[in-house]
Amino acid sequence: MKKPATYLDSVHRDGRVWGLLLAFLILCFPVAVSVLYGAMPDWGALWSGLLATAPMYWAVGIVEIFTYVPMLGAGGAYLSFVTGNISNLKLPCALDAMERAGVKSNSEEGEIISTIAIAVSSIVTTLIVIVGVILIVPLTPILEAPALEPAFDQMLPALFGGLAVVFVSKNWKISIAPIILMLVLFVFVPALGRDQVGIMVPVGVLFTLVVSRIMYKKGLL
Amino acid sequence: MEFHVNHWALFLIVGIIIAVVLAQSVVFLMRAVKRARAIGIDNTVIRKTISSSAIFTIAPAISILIGVVTLSKSLGLALPWLRLSVIGSLSYETVAAGNALNGLGLGTGEQIQSATAFVTVLWVMTLGIIIGLIFVPLLTKRIQGGMKKIENRDKKWGEIFTNSMFLGMISAFIGYVFCDVTLAFSGDFKGLIPVFVMLVSAVVMAICGLLAKKAGLRFMNDYALPISLVVGMASAIPFTAWLS
Repeated sequence: MKKPATYLDSVHRDGRVWGLLLAFLILCFPVAVSVLYGAMPDWGALWSGLLATAPMYWAVGIVEIFTYVPMLGAGGAYLSFVTGNISNLKLPCALDAMERAGVKSNSEEGEIISTIAIAVSSIVTTLIVIVGVILIVPLTPILEAPALEPAFDQMLPALFGGLAVVFVSKNWKISIAPIILMLVLFVFVPALGRDQVGIMVPVGVLFTLVVSRIMYKKGLL
Repeated sequence: MEFHVNHWALFLIVGIIIAVVLAQSVVFLMRAVKRARAIGIDNTVIRKTISSSAIFTIAPAISILIGVVTLSKSLGLALPWLRLSVIGSLSYETVAAGNALNGLGLGTGEQIQSATAFVTVLWVMTLGIIIGLIFVPLLTKRIQGGMKKIENRDKKWGEIFTNSMFLGMISAFIGYVFCDVTLAFSGDFKGLIPVFVMLVSAVVMAICGLLAKKAGLRFMNDYALPISLVVGMASAIPFTAWLS
């Protein structure tokens, strides 16, 4: 007899259907624009633009899948990779929600709380952007106000300061090595600046896993 | 049809795609809440997860909106609206659009006039990010299965494994905060702004934790992350005025 489908099975089934449907719709958009306005792309510019963009972003995209999918859980992954802003919004939101609810990320409770947090975050983001697009004319001067600019420039430090307190204090033994490595790299390697943090996340994750494994084998964790 | 970056037909297509994205989130949310109740997760926990996630999201969502405004100057409103609601992040979209505009010999500041230029930029931006959209549906089940296997083999290591991933990510962002501190040696102190902002946010988070524990202010615990985020961001205003 076939086993009845579990909650997780249904998440995977629906995640695939929705994900591929959206991939299809996103690809239809440029086709629709071509048909509607009777315009073909400028092939030379398309090729050079793609050559400058795709190899790098495809490689990063693949690495990001293997980095973030295990952390987001199944439901969270299907939603986050559609709506984006993973490291600066969805994942911190899910981590905080699991922490407050006192559930482990690898339990079914963790899967569910993370999905709820990420779904709510996606809905709220989408709605705020919709309202913003409708009210763009009156809102532009406020959003571009020079007085507020520093606050939004420093969103990531403000976000990770709070998050770090919670997670580093709970897992300080695991944290020491990666924090030292990243400080050394970011402070002393001039090529590593603001824009490289996305690439350094997988490096940090891999390094921490290796160090933790060694410490675990030696009975230090 | 006569093309314009803010033509109604573009808003219609984008609106449809965003409606589907919204529907997916709503379906997943309802399913997860139903399952949460079925396995006995307390209703207050569910409610608090929803409210604190919503509150926390406001400030980052406004920063995404600022990204839409920035990109709308050359691309019109419809395309940035889609690209920052679906997958995109400002840094990626800016680079992708910039690369395509470069190929066309256009600047990033000026508004696109022709459908040809628009559809070229659109293809570059779309094909650039399509990897995640196609491979996540195909790979997620396998990756999650791998995690389950690690878990089943050794439960304690499974837990350390996920915590290590989280801390690997967090430490990368801690390093990033310090990326410009050495500029201080040459008399430029603005590299210290993110460091101070992070410290303020960390201290606020710790105070929230203490108030929740010692003074019994439970809501402090539920909203600690959004509070530390907003206070940290607000502190950036005087720090920036002082240090740059």
